[in-house]
Amino acid sequence: MPDPREAPPRGDRPRVALFVTCLADAIRPRLGFAALQLLEQAGCAVEVPRAQTCCGQPAFNSGDTAGGAALARRVIAAFEGYDHVVVPSGSCAGMIRSHYREALADDPAWRRRAEALAARTHELLSFLVDVRGWRPEGVALAASATYHDSCSGLRELGVLAQPRALLREVDGLEMRPLAGNDVCCGFGGTFCVKYPAISNAIVGEKAAAIEATGADLLLGGDLGCLMNMAGALHRRGSRVRAFHTAEVLAGMGDGPAIGEEG
Amino acid sequence: MAATHADKVHVFKEDVTRALGDATLKLAIDRTTVTAERKRAAALVDFPEFAEARRRGTAIKNHVVANLDHYLEQFERNALASGAHIHWAKDADEACAIVIRLCRAAGARSVTRAKSMLGEEIGLPHALAEAGIERVETDLAEHIIQLAGETPSHIIWPALHKTREQVSELFKAAHRDPHKVEEVEAMVESARRELRDRFMNADVGISGANFLLADSGAVCTVTNEGNAELTTTPPRVHIVTAGIEKLVPSMAHAMAMLRLLVRSATGADLTQYTTFHTGPRRAGDRDGPEEFHIVLVDNGRSRMLADHGLREMLRCIRCGACMNHCVVYRQIGGHAYGATYPGPMGAVLTPALEGVEKAKDLPHACTLNGRCQEVCPVSIPLPTLLRGWRDRSWKEGLVPQAMRTGLGLWRFVAERPRLYRLGSAVAVRAMRLFRRGGWIASLPLAKSWTAYRDMPAPAGRTFMEQLRDRERQGGRQP
Repeated sequence: MPDPREAPPRGDRPRVALFVTCLADAIRPRLGFAALQLLEQAGCAVEVPRAQTCCGQPAFNSGDTAGGAALARRVIAAFEGYDHVVVPSGSCAGMIRSHYREALADDPAWRRRAEALAARTHELLSFLVDVRGWRPEGVALAASATYHDSCSGLRELGVLAQPRALLREVDGLEMRPLAGNDVCCGFGGTFCVKYPAISNAIVGEKAAAIEATGADLLLGGDLGCLMNMAGALHRRGSRVRAFHTAEVLAGMGDGPAIGEEG
Repeated sequence: MAATHADKVHVFKEDVTRALGDATLKLAIDRTTVTAERKRAAALVDFPEFAEARRRGTAIKNHVVANLDHYLEQFERNALASGAHIHWAKDADEACAIVIRLCRAAGARSVTRAKSMLGEEIGLPHALAEAGIERVETDLAEHIIQLAGETPSHIIWPALHKTREQVSELFKAAHRDPHKVEEVEAMVESARRELRDRFMNADVGISGANFLLADSGAVCTVTNEGNAELTTTPPRVHIVTAGIEKLVPSMAHAMAMLRLLVRSATGADLTQYTTFHTGPRRAGDRDGPEEFHIVLVDNGRSRMLADHGLREMLRCIRCGACMNHCVVYRQIGGHAYGATYPGPMGAVLTPALEGVEKAKDLPHACTLNGRCQEVCPVSIPLPTLLRGWRDRSWKEGLVPQAMRTGLGLWRFVAERPRLYRLGSAVAVRAMRLFRRGGWIASLPLAKSWTAYRDMPAPAGRTFMEQLRDRERQGGRQP
């Protein structure tokens, strides 16, 4: 449970719990700080519950429903005391919003708690636009970029227009359409290590489509997919650099891209 | 079971490796699926009520599935009244035995067959061969498959895996008069010369059914080549094999489903030929079979009906849109699935038809990206059904031990936040030992990733570590 001593002054600011995601925590802390910054700019009182680990999706999608449910209960317990839960990933947010109720289908009491949490859980970019009505101000980045719509955010949460609306406000950023922007990049969580050859063939086509845009940057809303595409692009010797959209919006687009030292 | 694909031993990963190394296969897959995707998208532009039609189609099929016993009995009554014979087959072997018995009773030496995925499912081509009955495939793609001695790789375009160049070679070798078969039109002409008289001289014609109409006992078939009509009209005996889920209440419902089926499959408004077959030739009819038999096949469907997790799959109208839009199918093609039905719908159906232990890779070889569900004209939640199979295979111990151990260990840690914090802090430091610059080109325990992609090296300290420092320094409010 959140420590009340840590609770910031309420005022009219909603109390938002940031679910950092295990990938951002380990691989790209910058993304976590970008999310913190954006939520604060959007007028939220942000807390980072210390009991968080992973949303449980790897277990649930591997068929270990009991394992997924066990982690779902922990996330629910850690996050249900807030006005909103915000996640810089459509995939993890989709897990909480759409699948906790499935993982806990046989447990009516927890299922109700899962549904209550689902109703308050949001993917970061759509939360900024749809719930907070926030737009970036004074953010500039002189670059061209293309956008990949990660599948869970797109299909489970309807995240499509929001990131584009936000990126339109970034001065100097030229957006270029990506052919097959709504086609899976081949990441698929554990899929990419269970069937690496198929995953590689899929991401190979994605990388070619990204390079064909001629854009400097690849942007997206899910670190897993971005790591997959950036890793494939780098292996091919591509010069395209990848960022999570939140980093660009937080003015960190001039910092190290995914896979760059910094 | 008599299915022809089951004659071979399929090892999924070996089939995948072979498929991924076959550039000609990839060319053939792309030619068809990219076109299909484009045409379907264009068709939906001219079909603004698609969402409503899809809701209606879903409701129709749900209603039929929930009242299947009622509609089966109604169909049987009306089909019998029209002069048809009805046969019930509980499984593939029984269905094949009925068809062979009917062929023998008709004294058939040669039968024509109009493409039917149910026929493939029950292994009818194989059963006919074993019975010594000559089989003439009337669908052009099935003809190609038959010449090549293969099985279909797609439910709408069985020969999708073959390029026109390969088909040209096949025709040159097998046809009596393969004149100028480098061109598609000449290929079609050559097949026509080869097959036409054999169509007319067949003793029995065997077709499938796209829909069975309960209120009239009619059988609906759709084709673009007119081959179903040539299969069902000239021979003395017409045998239909149909899955029991093919029912719709009436003509109006069949029309509603046809709008969805054809646009989803090929992007056309309607197939070239849409035929409703009702009973045998009546007095005064100019043509039609003397005998009309309908074999209603269960083959696992009533088991699916009783299974809450699979029931929704009985809505499937076999349009193929899910595989056309599947990133995995588009890389590995249909044969790698090692079963009659490939792609997302096949990955759900095959474990139901053949047992999950025989098809244990299929539900896992999917990124769960949801595009199949998005394009499905009857809103089948394919990713949810695939996840359901993963749940079953986990419970039945079919998930590889390395995966179980890895996930078990990870869960143990993830359920203990302090241990998790410590573990991830150690892990990110350990990973950095393998980096060159910001990237890791080879990482023990993650070879599946680094064999194909570089791995971004983690920052030196986790977000949680950095956050704690910032807060101690008062860098972040409050």
